[in-house]
Amino acid sequence: MTLWQEYLQPTSLSEAIQDLKSAPDPVLLVAGGTDVLLELKQGHLSPVHTLIDLSNIPELCAVEERGDTFFIGAAVPINRLMSHPGVIKHAQALVDACHMMAGPQVRNTATLGGNVAHALPAADGTITLLALDAQVQIASSAGLRMIPFSELFLGPGKSSLDKKTEIITGFFLPLNKPGQASCFKRIMRPQGVALPILNCAVWIHREDDSIHDVRIAVGPGGPKPFRATNAEKFLTGKQKQGENLAEAVRELIAQAQFRTSPLRATADYRKHVVSGVFSETFEEAWKRAA
Amino acid sequence: MKKMINLTVNNRDYSLPVIPGETLAALLRQRLHLTGTKIGCDEAECGACTVLVDGEAILSCVYPAVRADGKTVITVEGLAEQIKGAYKLHPIQEAFVEHGAVQCGFCIPGQIMTAFALLKRNPDPLIEEVRFALKDTLCRCGSYPMIEKAVLAAARTLRTGEPLRLPEIQESIHHKAMIGHKHLRPDAVEKVTGKAIFTDDLHFDGMLFAAVRRAMIPHGILKHLDTSEAQNLEGVHAVLTAEDIPGEQNHGLVISDWPALIGVGQRVRYVGDAIAIVAAETPEIAKQAVSLIEAEFELLPVISNPVHALEPDVPQIHESGNLLKHIKVRKGDVEQGFADADIVLEDIFYTQTTDHAFMEPECSIAVPKDDDRLEIYVGSQIPYQDRNQVARVLGWDEKRVRIVGQKMGGGFGGKEDIAGQIHAAMLANVTKRPVKLLYDRHESLVAHPKRHATQIKVKIGAKKDGRIVAVETELFGDTGAYASLGEKVMTRATTHSAGPYDVPFVKGDCYAMYTNNPPAGAFRGFGVTQSVFAIESMIDMLAEKLKMDPIHLRKMNALHVGSITNTGQELTDSVGLLECLERVEKEIHKNASNPFTSKVDPEKPHFVRAWGIAAAYKNTGLGGGAPDFSHAEIELYKDGSFEIRSSAAELGQGLVTVMQMIASEELSVPADQVRVRVMDTDLTPDGGPTTASRQTYITGNASRLATLKLRGMIEEFLGDKYDFAASQIEFIEGKVIAKGQSWTFAEIAKEMLADGQKPIALYRYEAPQTQPLGTGGNMHFAYSYGVQAAEVEVNTNTGEVAVLKVISANDVGMAINPLGLQGQVEGGVMMGLGHALTEEFIVEEGHVITDRLARYRIPGIMLTPEITSIIVEHPAADGPYGAKGVGEISSIPTTPAITNAIYNAVGVRIHKTPVDQELIAKALWEH
Repeated sequence: MTLWQEYLQPTSLSEAIQDLKSAPDPVLLVAGGTDVLLELKQGHLSPVHTLIDLSNIPELCAVEERGDTFFIGAAVPINRLMSHPGVIKHAQALVDACHMMAGPQVRNTATLGGNVAHALPAADGTITLLALDAQVQIASSAGLRMIPFSELFLGPGKSSLDKKTEIITGFFLPLNKPGQASCFKRIMRPQGVALPILNCAVWIHREDDSIHDVRIAVGPGGPKPFRATNAEKFLTGKQKQGENLAEAVRELIAQAQFRTSPLRATADYRKHVVSGVFSETFEEAWKRAA
Repeated sequence: MKKMINLTVNNRDYSLPVIPGETLAALLRQRLHLTGTKIGCDEAECGACTVLVDGEAILSCVYPAVRADGKTVITVEGLAEQIKGAYKLHPIQEAFVEHGAVQCGFCIPGQIMTAFALLKRNPDPLIEEVRFALKDTLCRCGSYPMIEKAVLAAARTLRTGEPLRLPEIQESIHHKAMIGHKHLRPDAVEKVTGKAIFTDDLHFDGMLFAAVRRAMIPHGILKHLDTSEAQNLEGVHAVLTAEDIPGEQNHGLVISDWPALIGVGQRVRYVGDAIAIVAAETPEIAKQAVSLIEAEFELLPVISNPVHALEPDVPQIHESGNLLKHIKVRKGDVEQGFADADIVLEDIFYTQTTDHAFMEPECSIAVPKDDDRLEIYVGSQIPYQDRNQVARVLGWDEKRVRIVGQKMGGGFGGKEDIAGQIHAAMLANVTKRPVKLLYDRHESLVAHPKRHATQIKVKIGAKKDGRIVAVETELFGDTGAYASLGEKVMTRATTHSAGPYDVPFVKGDCYAMYTNNPPAGAFRGFGVTQSVFAIESMIDMLAEKLKMDPIHLRKMNALHVGSITNTGQELTDSVGLLECLERVEKEIHKNASNPFTSKVDPEKPHFVRAWGIAAAYKNTGLGGGAPDFSHAEIELYKDGSFEIRSSAAELGQGLVTVMQMIASEELSVPADQVRVRVMDTDLTPDGGPTTASRQTYITGNASRLATLKLRGMIEEFLGDKYDFAASQIEFIEGKVIAKGQSWTFAEIAKEMLADGQKPIALYRYEAPQTQPLGTGGNMHFAYSYGVQAAEVEVNTNTGEVAVLKVISANDVGMAINPLGLQGQVEGGVMMGLGHALTEEFIVEEGHVITDRLARYRIPGIMLTPEITSIIVEHPAADGPYGAKGVGEISSIPTTPAITNAIYNAVGVRIHKTPVDQELIAKALWEH
């Protein structure tokens, strides 16, 4: 039972799209390959004919400012993101998340594209990109298109990507302006599956002591990556005060669909700890935005 | 698509054809024979397979080989330079050797390569940066403190060019010339260079690969089995079922109740039961063949816990019933004790199943020989029992089987029961070809025996002044589908269930129960890990009720010379418990004034800290009336070198070092003049099982007495030949001297051989006689004592627990090799910490949930507390140089020390392990 027959390493986007169209089925895309190889080995995915490795395509490996946005290629190894000056400047929450994703050796090959492509509602990269208001760039033979990050997700493990024809090339983030910053934190359980009990990313734009704008993402807060839009609305324009933050947490809990995951956490626990995780994340982002 | 992979590995260029589906690990290990790169999990969890690709550390088990085309790879074999046949180690390798960071050695290539990548990128790392880099490179021996120090020392040498800073290791207070001083492992250099061979690294010409079809249902009757499709698959050489068993169907260490294969019409008792085995040209074909075997079962109700198993009218898993053994401990009339008590407390505790998670999964290779014999290459804790169990299933005289023990990547009790040895032997016998049976991590987790889950009720009675007058315990132990060592384990749990205290009235009842869970057997701590959690929690509860200091309460009741144990044994020597308590107390007070009260961090008010303490004792040796012996044999060779031999197992704990030191001490020769050979049933005499912390004591004694016997032979020979009295002959610095004459050992060997005398001595050492439980007298010939204190920090919002510091004092009799001892002590704490906080082997209705390493989490370096080891040395009269066991005691008190600290910090009593942070948080928010 050979896990794959052919391993293609296209060096351009057009070649990759062509490979995706013409390679014998079944076909899977890999970037770092750390997840896909495991799923193949453990039988969660059936053996495939073709693996298309996206890690040699320059567009997918770019990390750079592009006009008034910051671009992160889908196949950039996590470790490169952690130390990239542009990421540190414009996406601190992503730096935080990258420090926690997988282990150091895995981060040398694993990618943000791979983290997101699984469409898990609490993936660290996903929650972070949601709070950073990312746009996703998708390539196909029809060309490039851009969608808001949240539109990538249909449900747990289900993305809107057409896996037969489309490739995520990268993510566009707004540039951080003065007064804007972000942070990511999470809680784990020491036993069992390496999935977060709860994670949270906050982006804020502060003006002195008031909250000019804010974005809050929490995972797992529903079947799809969850933005606490009611809490965001409540906080916008308010002073950063204890009671305002407490009310925001109440809004967040009311809007989120926290559930019990067997062997991981109960919904009650999530509802309880989200307050602390949110306020620590918010405080840190607030400090950074000063 | 690429047809060739061109890559550079360790400065050599290779051009290799692409093989579909190949990982870089497979390319390195199988095609380039660079077997230093290890496979511990094959699921990107353990880090053992770490290599550098273009300067970056990656996991070669999930790295497609073809992706390395055009790249430069460095493996552990590429670090040392060979100069004139000798290794010049890379400073990282040298540091690992010198700092004692190497124990079993299986994870070491991964540790070294990860550290190497770190130091290339960051030549002057902080401790936190070292930990962060090594965070997912697991070491089950728990050598993390030494690994950390080794990496920092190597970094400094690489930066400054100065010689390596060596660790400060306290020598034994009873030290001799060699014994009691730091001594490096004889196998450390091969383990840091990747040259050390473990079973899966071996290859034989014409070798086939085996796979096992397991039932994967927890309870039922096998109704139908069809292997025809598997038999017809190209590349398959044999498919065997129960019908093909030539001899006895069952095996087992104490009770033969475990079928090597379950036959049609027979009962399946757990998911890991084997129903067919396959040998094929490749591991992939073998696996595919297994998937083609069709089986039908009549499903039976599942007995999933030991309390349920004892209820009336439940299905009986074995003909003998569900009760493996009712174990009773009686000391006086416990009711009288409770009547005398001023205070009586009662509570109930639960401990989880855990897995050994040794880094090296099980592997056996059976090789048929021309003389109708079979050699089995395997890392086993009991080679002679393997020989016997294999021979019985084959229906052979056991002399036809030779167990050739290999280096072991950890055991911890999990390599005592037979695993693939019998299956590989059956397949090799039929195919007449060598057969390798390697478990992957998944199979290892599903199949092999675990630590017993327990339910333990404790009732304790005490006087107002703190004197404990009565303890009553009731234990249920889940021994799973087969007996394994369940009766012995649960006996130890019960006899130790009143703690290391002098209690006049004790009653213990234990029900060791069969269930449809994976079998449970030996695991470091051997039942005492479980019962000490219960009793030491109770002792702290008692201290609180009596408003007493928990150390003071323990000191008042501690076993001492002259105490009578729960089983009626008078302790006559070597009881260092009080000193352990005193020294831990002194050490804690260096850190904190009121250690057992909670401290809030003013910077982070939801982080609360406190210390907790626990004490324990653990027998050395089998005890209970079992004959406990070991043989050692030592031979002098013509070149003046010695070889000392015993079948005792080296699983990383350091026995070969101890044997080498002992021979070297008694002969006054440099250690490198003594080779050690272990674990071979043809070449080494029976050293007995490596279990019960017994080998330093038993095989240590055998080694010492064999060496003295050889020494006596040499004295007698020289005395006779040159007319000296034995008393005139001295062994000094590698020479034998008498009346101004001097001989080298090479000269002596030649003279003795010329005279027709073989310079070889065999000694059978028998430990002092013990008595069975219930008969009074000495149930064990020695006990080790340990006290641990842990400082924890609890996040009161989330319930998360971090262990910051651990102080571990162990009375080991005498520290033969303080460096090896340090590894055992620190590793024991790490394993205990895993038991308390991270490890839970989950089985639901007989089905294993934690069937991957990703779900069964063992502690990594990030969880490593600051560990202070205190060595207490109350010599055991009959131990070698006074030594007794340490392998288990170092791990036993950790869990209650941590859970008591949690209580002291936040007032939440932990009744069930592992600690559930959600339960702590909930208790706090509901408070």
